[in-house]
Amino acid sequence: MSNKVLMKGNEAIAEAAISAGCLYFFGYPITPQTEVAEYMARRLPKVGGLCLQAESEVAAINMLMGASAAGTRAMTSSSSPGISLKSEGISYIAGCDLPCLVVNVQRGGPGLGGIQPSQQDYYQATRGVGHGDLRLIVLAPSSVQEMASLTAEAFDLADTYRMPAMLLADGALGQMMEPVDFSVFPKRELPEKTWATNGHGGARKKNIVNSLFIDPNELENSIRARYERYAKVEENEVRYEEYMTEDAEIILVAFGITARIAKSAITEARAKGVKAGLLRPITLWPFPKKRLGELADRAKAFLSVEMSMGQMVDDVRLAVNGKKPVSFFGRTGGIIPSVEEVAAEIMKLAESL
Amino acid sequence: MKTVFDRPEALSDVPLHYCPGCTHGIVHRLVAETIDELGILGQTVGIAPVGCSVFAYNYFECDMIEAAHGRAPAVATGVKRTHPDTVVFTYQGDGDLAAIGTAETVHAATRGENITVIFINNCIYGMTGGQMAPTTIPGQVTTTSPYGRKRNVQGSPIRVCEMLSTLDGVALAARVSVDCPKNILTAKKTIQKAFRNQIDKKGFSIVEVLSTCPTNWGLAPKDALEWLRQNMIPYYPLGVYKDGEAIRDAE
Amino acid sequence: MNKVTFRTERCKGCGLCVDVCPKKILALDTAALNSKGYHPAVITDQAKCIACAMCATMCPDCVIKVEKDA
Repeated sequence: MSNKVLMKGNEAIAEAAISAGCLYFFGYPITPQTEVAEYMARRLPKVGGLCLQAESEVAAINMLMGASAAGTRAMTSSSSPGISLKSEGISYIAGCDLPCLVVNVQRGGPGLGGIQPSQQDYYQATRGVGHGDLRLIVLAPSSVQEMASLTAEAFDLADTYRMPAMLLADGALGQMMEPVDFSVFPKRELPEKTWATNGHGGARKKNIVNSLFIDPNELENSIRARYERYAKVEENEVRYEEYMTEDAEIILVAFGITARIAKSAITEARAKGVKAGLLRPITLWPFPKKRLGELADRAKAFLSVEMSMGQMVDDVRLAVNGKKPVSFFGRTGGIIPSVEEVAAEIMKLAESL
Repeated sequence: MKTVFDRPEALSDVPLHYCPGCTHGIVHRLVAETIDELGILGQTVGIAPVGCSVFAYNYFECDMIEAAHGRAPAVATGVKRTHPDTVVFTYQGDGDLAAIGTAETVHAATRGENITVIFINNCIYGMTGGQMAPTTIPGQVTTTSPYGRKRNVQGSPIRVCEMLSTLDGVALAARVSVDCPKNILTAKKTIQKAFRNQIDKKGFSIVEVLSTCPTNWGLAPKDALEWLRQNMIPYYPLGVYKDGEAIRDAE
Repeated sequence: MNKVTFRTERCKGCGLCVDVCPKKILALDTAALNSKGYHPAVITDQAKCIACAMCATMCPDCVIKVEKDA
């Protein structure tokens, strides 16, 4: 018998989080992620948890910081403009070495932008979320099933490496319905949270959760120690999917909902005799740069397909490192590229080779 | 010999970084004495702000978190809601609590978060070197109100206790001063009540402490106390603005 | 005899204790400097101390310990 249930992407995130033992949610309404908060508000009180609607995204991320500092598995979710507001708190959370999950169901920007799906927050998620030297583990689901499974995985990765994780989805994945199986999440061995500030009970020395180091040498040392952990993440946690890359001459790189369009476009191109394939990064940080470098030794050209004016393409270029040409195709502002226009782009590229 | 006065255990045995005569140290001691007397050191979590008391995490023997500027009540909410058996206090200055953190303060209060807030009002930004605070009084000269605070330019100062006392979630809103032993005694009793309220699950308790900043006011420590008495207390009257219990629905 | 002891190294010479002492038996020792460079507070006439602890109450730096003759 199948364990699958038909569910909206946003709801799958919420249900997966609860399945993964996250009983605390702090959020603020914003389209197109509000169903996450609504689902949590319905479900969490029934399972002994709490969904608290904050006065702002700023407050929500800081409530999450408090919960995490006290050693509790907790999360927040928002959409692009809300993530900008949360970025202050994310920087503090990273600077305090606290694990948590931040979900971004992206919409079009900049500014108020629009409410349609987008991938314009790639730079923000992988480079610029908050001030200072910091990284987030960024997971990019491509189906409602992955909205669930990567949510569960994000919590474990955050706990393992004591750092914030982000699920970078988009409005299309958030709103669409697909079957999901919640029984497939593996259990990891997780480190004990000996650093938590939840009252020492006289049984241990006091814990301090803090990101302030007035002495620059101390600050540098704390950052270097953190980057050693980041290096382990880069070594152990790169995830990607390959589709028809074995013989591919043109390799598309696309994540999230765009990767699904890329697959259909590849099918169309192959029907016309063009050997195209796809590398779909599942972790945007750490980025699968090593694998892309290997593929660059045998493929002829790369095409980054995104719902933005071209952000991930920078990482593709860095990974390909000049070995082969890298081009870009994207739609932005909330427009999802069509299979036809991506296929046309592949054909154009094939003719130029 | 009977010891009638010594440093409290909950106060870390390290030098405080505050300027000579700054009354932050007195308030730290009152909080630590309260933690000792209530026997809650092991269950207390303190939240330090950004401002002069940013290093408060080094001064209390309980678990401590250093929050972003103004966000301490939100961080405290996260700790308390996930760990209701802890005793959570924030320690914040006027810039932190009444300017950049106004939303966090007001909403933690109106939600009736069962936390204790110690609010240091000294009418100035100390850490950054004497700029105008939300509580800088009319006419007061600061580096960013060099001609004196003018209501038609910088607006009027904010009276936090009066404002918060209108909210259903607030159990205690009281303003005290630490300018003399008598007022320090009242401050101590009020801080104790603010912690006891939390243990008794009464809701949000805030104690606003009128405090001095000799360095940035440009006054000798004892003259600063006199300035507080002459200028602050008339604008910020001492007293209890609300004393009761947060209004809540049945579980 | 009541006893007031100062942790001189912690004193910042703010003088709040001197000012508040009802017996006027505290002073800043202008002949001495602690390692931070402050003139520390001292008691000039221990015998007159009434162990009221007002000095310690006003001290922002927990410099003062007060003991009362039993």
